[in-house]
Amino acid sequence: MSQNKQASFTLDGKTIPYAEGQTIIQAAMAAGEYIPHLCFNPEFKPHGSCKLCTVKANGRQTASCTQQPQPGMVVESDTTEINDERRALLQMLFVEGNHFCPSCEKSGNCQLQATAYELNMMSPHFDQFFPDRPVDASHPEYLLDFNRCILCSLCVRASRDVDGKNVFALSGRGIKSHLIVNAKSGRLADTDFTGYDKAAHVCPVGVILKKRVGFTVPIGSRSFDEKPISATPHPTVKGA
Amino acid sequence: MNAPVKKLKVATTSLAGCFGCHMSFLDIDERLLDLVQLIEFDRSPLTDIKHCGPCDIGIIEGGLCNAENVHVLREFRANCNILIALGACAINGGLPAQRNHLSLAAILEEVYHAQHGLVDGFIPNDPELPLPLDKVHPIHEVVKIDYFIPGCPPSADAIWKVLTDLLAGREPELGHGLIHYD
Amino acid sequence: MVSQINTHAEYLDPILIHHRHNACDLLQILIAAQDHYGYIHSDAIDHLSEQLQLPRSKIEGVAGFYSFLYLQPNGEYRVLFSDNITDRMLGNTDLMESMCGQLWVEPGKLSEDGLLSINTTSCTGMCDQGPAMLVNNIAINRLTHERVNAICELIRERVPVSAWPAMFFAIEDNIQRRDILLSSDFQSGSALAALLQRGTVETLQEVKISKLRGRGGAGFSTGSKWEFCRAAMGEQHYVVCNADEGEPGTFKDRVLLNNFADMVFEGMTLCARIIGAEKGFLYLRGEYRYLLEHLQAVLQHRRQQNLLGNGILGLSDFNFDIEIHLGAGAYICGEESALIESLEGKRGTPRNRPPFPVTHGYLNMPTVVNNVETFAATCLISLQGGAWYAGIGTDTSSGTKILSVSGDCERPGLYEYPFGVTVAQVLSDCGAADTQAVQISGPSGVCIAPDEFNRRIAFDDIPTAGAFMVFNQSRDMFEVARNFVHFFKHESCGFCTPCRVGTSLLSNMMDKLAHGHGSPYDFAEIEKLNVLLQSTSHCGLGHSACNPVLDTIARFRPAYEMRLAHKNFVPAFDLDHALSQARQMTGRDDTGAHLERSHESK
Repeated sequence: MSQNKQASFTLDGKTIPYAEGQTIIQAAMAAGEYIPHLCFNPEFKPHGSCKLCTVKANGRQTASCTQQPQPGMVVESDTTEINDERRALLQMLFVEGNHFCPSCEKSGNCQLQATAYELNMMSPHFDQFFPDRPVDASHPEYLLDFNRCILCSLCVRASRDVDGKNVFALSGRGIKSHLIVNAKSGRLADTDFTGYDKAAHVCPVGVILKKRVGFTVPIGSRSFDEKPISATPHPTVKGA
Repeated sequence: MNAPVKKLKVATTSLAGCFGCHMSFLDIDERLLDLVQLIEFDRSPLTDIKHCGPCDIGIIEGGLCNAENVHVLREFRANCNILIALGACAINGGLPAQRNHLSLAAILEEVYHAQHGLVDGFIPNDPELPLPLDKVHPIHEVVKIDYFIPGCPPSADAIWKVLTDLLAGREPELGHGLIHYD
Repeated sequence: MVSQINTHAEYLDPILIHHRHNACDLLQILIAAQDHYGYIHSDAIDHLSEQLQLPRSKIEGVAGFYSFLYLQPNGEYRVLFSDNITDRMLGNTDLMESMCGQLWVEPGKLSEDGLLSINTTSCTGMCDQGPAMLVNNIAINRLTHERVNAICELIRERVPVSAWPAMFFAIEDNIQRRDILLSSDFQSGSALAALLQRGTVETLQEVKISKLRGRGGAGFSTGSKWEFCRAAMGEQHYVVCNADEGEPGTFKDRVLLNNFADMVFEGMTLCARIIGAEKGFLYLRGEYRYLLEHLQAVLQHRRQQNLLGNGILGLSDFNFDIEIHLGAGAYICGEESALIESLEGKRGTPRNRPPFPVTHGYLNMPTVVNNVETFAATCLISLQGGAWYAGIGTDTSSGTKILSVSGDCERPGLYEYPFGVTVAQVLSDCGAADTQAVQISGPSGVCIAPDEFNRRIAFDDIPTAGAFMVFNQSRDMFEVARNFVHFFKHESCGFCTPCRVGTSLLSNMMDKLAHGHGSPYDFAEIEKLNVLLQSTSHCGLGHSACNPVLDTIARFRPAYEMRLAHKNFVPAFDLDHALSQARQMTGRDDTGAHLERSHESK
């Protein structure tokens, strides 16, 4: 930096410094500020699909994970209007899949659930789609429960960009978009997936789960029981 | 001596639920004593009143899995000023809705005809029995619901908080720790 | 198993060789593979995966994205009825029902003998001569019961599509009004000769002076786009012609490519010279594949004339050639960054922008993407100068615009006008009477009522990619909007939450009103969804998915109000029908075995 003064923007009135190349959410998180998000993970290149991180930047709505700030930009995030929209997006994700939290091992450590708590989502509001999605229990160590997939593609990106394996991909289009695995049989057991893969550990919801370790942490002590997601957006999941 | 406060009438019911939400309701323990100062129960498993009269608040546990559930829900909606969905099943179908990816015909076939050990099984057809709906639905898909208390079951504290907020004329708000879906 | 895989290798290997085993050509390879085998067999994917060094998950992901590619057997005869509102108005629903009945097949399902499937597809660009269908991706228009009966007979007799009567495949141009472009007597090479004479930078200057704006609808300055791309750093530059004319109601590119392909290719070559590109692509929507042989012949002819290839017109530093890529039933690929993804052999998902294609386009290299009509117009500018062109049309919108007129009028077809023409003028010229509404620029455009017919076709009034659908007083504008909403649901790419789920929710809500379950509650819900889709969607598809509803609510509110049959909320589904399975299983039909359809609560 040749100049002393670092570029900055304001987020809900707070000054947030940023470095060249950072997006709004990256700079905000570096400054300890929380903007709700699901498909964004600080370890990966921003993707911009879930739209939970929508903010108003200089009056224009945009995904803060892909939008780069400009000096002096006025960014609004924690407003009634934007939080109402985020809640509606969450409700869309909840009715699109089958999210039966009481039976899900990820409950309490799930970013979708915790973000919905954060935004006071009391009901799915819309009519449920109740899609028919199978479970793939073929792999000896891991289970895939597609009912909970929110199509964030973090596993796709992790397997492709970190593991170099392409175990996961998206197929279909529109509301028929769905996660597939890299095997002719369509079964995880017939891919080269292992528990050492990055892809095994990035699912923000409960699709990719290690078998035989569920429910090890009692209710009340799980990640988002203790602190809301706004305090620890990406906690190390206990018992994993 | 103060004039007796007009108590709010509250009705409760369990549709396609397990009564777990009602158990959680009872878990508000000694606060029930405070509560009965403010409310009186109309139709409810607690009173055994069979039909609901005009009420201020109706509390519904469970989703809709059969025709009777629909009748009861409609009775509540017609009689209650405020209707509250209590718990996961009322809000998104919950456990009973796990049958939704199967056809009802296949389920009845499996349960009454094909299951191991059944001899000359038949599907009950007594007119006294309510017929099952082809899918289990959350209650807000059939009538307008005013408030939701999520949880499986919602904690006693969450139920207490919503009821006391309503009684005090406040917009109910749960916040971290009280809002949960499991 | 080995022999099976060999079977697939037998037809796949020549395809792979033709495409030089280039993974960027994956979509083209899949289209060719399906042409041969009828669908994309799982073993074929194995072979392609091995030969292209691509994971099969990626190949399946791409194949699963495009409507015209099938991963399961879908019949020797694959019939798709165009389902634009104009096809509906011409009776396509009855025709399809009749065909399904005659051939004993359910819509969307493979017939029991595996012979055929019948389904609907988005507008095939034949609105001036509908109802239309595609059989094995070849267009048949002007469907009547008689023609459908004949087709059923041909299918029953298993006559190959190539042996069907030629008259079935006749496609008319229907050019009704010609202006500078459609009346031009263009000579191959003349615009290039003018460029060489004037100079490259000088020609770019003329394009800028002409104030030509993109004809795809967005209206970005063509001269500026070319200038930015010319200035952008990159090992290669690319020219892409967007012929993915998917906006329902639009069919001008079909006619331009049929009659003025030479001009379009020459416009691309002008652009190539100006930006320094050696390679160009024409992305042709799958629905227009019947044009492919003709277009290939035009390209070949241009190569023979030394207007394409190496050393164009004898200049050793002027090398440029054009490849045609086919689409496969994905409207979203008309969005330029999704189109580029598709050209690269990927799922057609719009990219995050910036960066824009002019700096990071095909293979992340500087790329110009322009509409068919835009490229054709640049030839006129090269020949006659920018000032001449700028003098036509209006101040903000120079030149002419070709409109694709369809719907309730006597003379549907192409109408080329200088910009600034009023809607009323177009209606009068095409013989429209008793007009209730006009949908301009397709479902993503605007729907206007008679009190706005004095508005003008121009970027600062009503911008358009060309669609001009006319609805007379007998039409139900709610059903028009509902058709468009279903279109967006079908075409949403699924990348972002609001569009993926929101277009489905919007369709469900419109269906709820259509089925008589509407109340003011649903109306408010639709309006809330409109706002959400517009403010949070990833690209223009999501932003405009609500336009048909917003416009028709604003202008034809009674069409909605008559659907609000109930004062209070009622369920979207029919409760009594929800008991029908149980009634059937128990044999009951007593009163307790029924539920009132709706129940007015207080």
